[in-house]
Amino acid sequence: MVVLSVALIGFSLQNLTGYRVIALMLMVGVSILAMFLDIVPVLVGAFLSAIIWDFFFIPPRFTLSVGSAEDRLLLLMYFVIALINAVLTNKIRKMEQAVKEKDEKEKSVRFYNILLNSLSHELRTPITTILGSTDNLQSNHGGLSEKDKAELVDEISVASIRLNQQVENLLNMSRLESGVFQIKKDWVDINDLVYKSLQRLEGNLQQYRLAVDIPDQLPLFKLDYGLMEQVIYNLLLNVTQHTPEDTLITIQANCVRDHLVLTIADNGKGFPEDEIHKVFEKFYRLKGSPTGGTGLGLSIVKGFVEAHHGTVRLENLPVAGSKFTIEIHTEKTYVTKIKDDESLHSGH
Amino acid sequence: MSHSILVIDDEAQIRKLLTITLQSNDYKVSEAATGKEGVIMVSTHPPDLVLLDLGLPDENGHDVLKNLREWFTNPVIIISVQSGEQDIVKALDNGANDYLVKPFRTGELLARIRSALRKAGREPNIPTAAFNDLSIDYANRTVKKNNSAVKLTATEYSLLALLARNDGKVLTHRYLLQQVWGASHQNESQYLRVFIAQLRKKIESDPNRPTYIVTESGIGYRFNGNPLHE
Repeated sequence: MVVLSVALIGFSLQNLTGYRVIALMLMVGVSILAMFLDIVPVLVGAFLSAIIWDFFFIPPRFTLSVGSAEDRLLLLMYFVIALINAVLTNKIRKMEQAVKEKDEKEKSVRFYNILLNSLSHELRTPITTILGSTDNLQSNHGGLSEKDKAELVDEISVASIRLNQQVENLLNMSRLESGVFQIKKDWVDINDLVYKSLQRLEGNLQQYRLAVDIPDQLPLFKLDYGLMEQVIYNLLLNVTQHTPEDTLITIQANCVRDHLVLTIADNGKGFPEDEIHKVFEKFYRLKGSPTGGTGLGLSIVKGFVEAHHGTVRLENLPVAGSKFTIEIHTEKTYVTKIKDDESLHSGH
Repeated sequence: MSHSILVIDDEAQIRKLLTITLQSNDYKVSEAATGKEGVIMVSTHPPDLVLLDLGLPDENGHDVLKNLREWFTNPVIIISVQSGEQDIVKALDNGANDYLVKPFRTGELLARIRSALRKAGREPNIPTAAFNDLSIDYANRTVKKNNSAVKLTATEYSLLALLARNDGKVLTHRYLLQQVWGASHQNESQYLRVFIAQLRKKIESDPNRPTYIVTESGIGYRFNGNPLHE
């Protein structure tokens, strides 16, 4: 098509330019083809353009015969240059693609290396605890005091909970990575959502002070309840892992210009400034943070919030502590006009 | 008299764990490793309760459940590794009484079993019910909290009565909307959110930490007449 249209343009310009200029124009056409198409169509284009040039432009016109020796040489050179052009361009493109593939492969190798390292540590540690404890309980029955036994059973319990948390994180991460991840939105009462998430963390939060500020007239928002519950859970869990007991945790929800704005702030020591921008990266863990994390919690937060087309950001607060802010633009509704009968008279 | 429970699960380890746990809590336990075997056992010796795993090798657990529900009316509790809400909602809509997601804690399992059995043994037409500090007079459509009357709208009352009559059972959003507002409103979940919030303000001691009407994330609500943590 390109060759034909170039030929057509050339045909109309034939009187203004010489037929040799047409050859250059056709060559430009072939070069453009070479940039975008595969080798076969480019070769076909080169061949076709040579024939078109010969047939329509080289005198005597409308024959395939070539009049002068000079034109014969030109035609040959045209054909050779067009071929070289096509082959070279193709080669460059292939090399570029190979480099890109190699890059991607290295990236995924790096990803899997981190994943495997993290997995082997975070999964094997609790499994070792469980196996060790059960071995002890099975073989060393006489030598263990009741207190030792109780402690070993406790170890098994704690290790299993830890194992389960890691598996949960990895499952959530692979859901996000799989690309077939879907969210199911429904109307959510933010008050209900926040307190439900808090309830799941009751044990961890006992030693913290909590302030929840959710206005009564906050509308309902369309969100995926399960995902948002995990988001709030992970953020709060993160706070409890990085701040000392008795820290004040403030949870606020508001509707600002049609956006749901949810913030979770603490008055702890905040994040190191040189690391704060990395915390949402997969597997990133703050230097010197305690064992027992995969560095997935906050990247899952980011993934789930982004699945709602929302944003999450982290900042250190001027005086002390840090604040996570989630913003999601989604449907909202103030339910005011529900048909309801008169109040029942009760109490008689 | 101890209750009989049938465990249908293909994992031998899980069956063993459940058998030991349940037997030590005075239940009579039988086991089935496949859906087919399970259905046969239910028909020959109907148990008081069935624990059914959804991921069976021979038949889909959902099909086993549907098959059972054609004639078996005792409680069925689903055990599943799939925590997908849709899967659970489907099982509940197909007549399961409750669900537990693996891994679950023994205390939770026993509480759910007790609750399901309690409900099953109860008269369907009791005129009144009392739970801790809350009492409902179904005959007169009145509700009392700490012995003083609670003023409810007709819709609030219908919702509470439906939940309370299914004490301990998870009711899906769709079911509640159908029953209280009618089939044409089964997708208008915003109504449900608002009325649940209103009800909690009237009957819960702390509406933010409800003990009676508990949210089941993404699935529905459960009335908890015997709060576990009290």
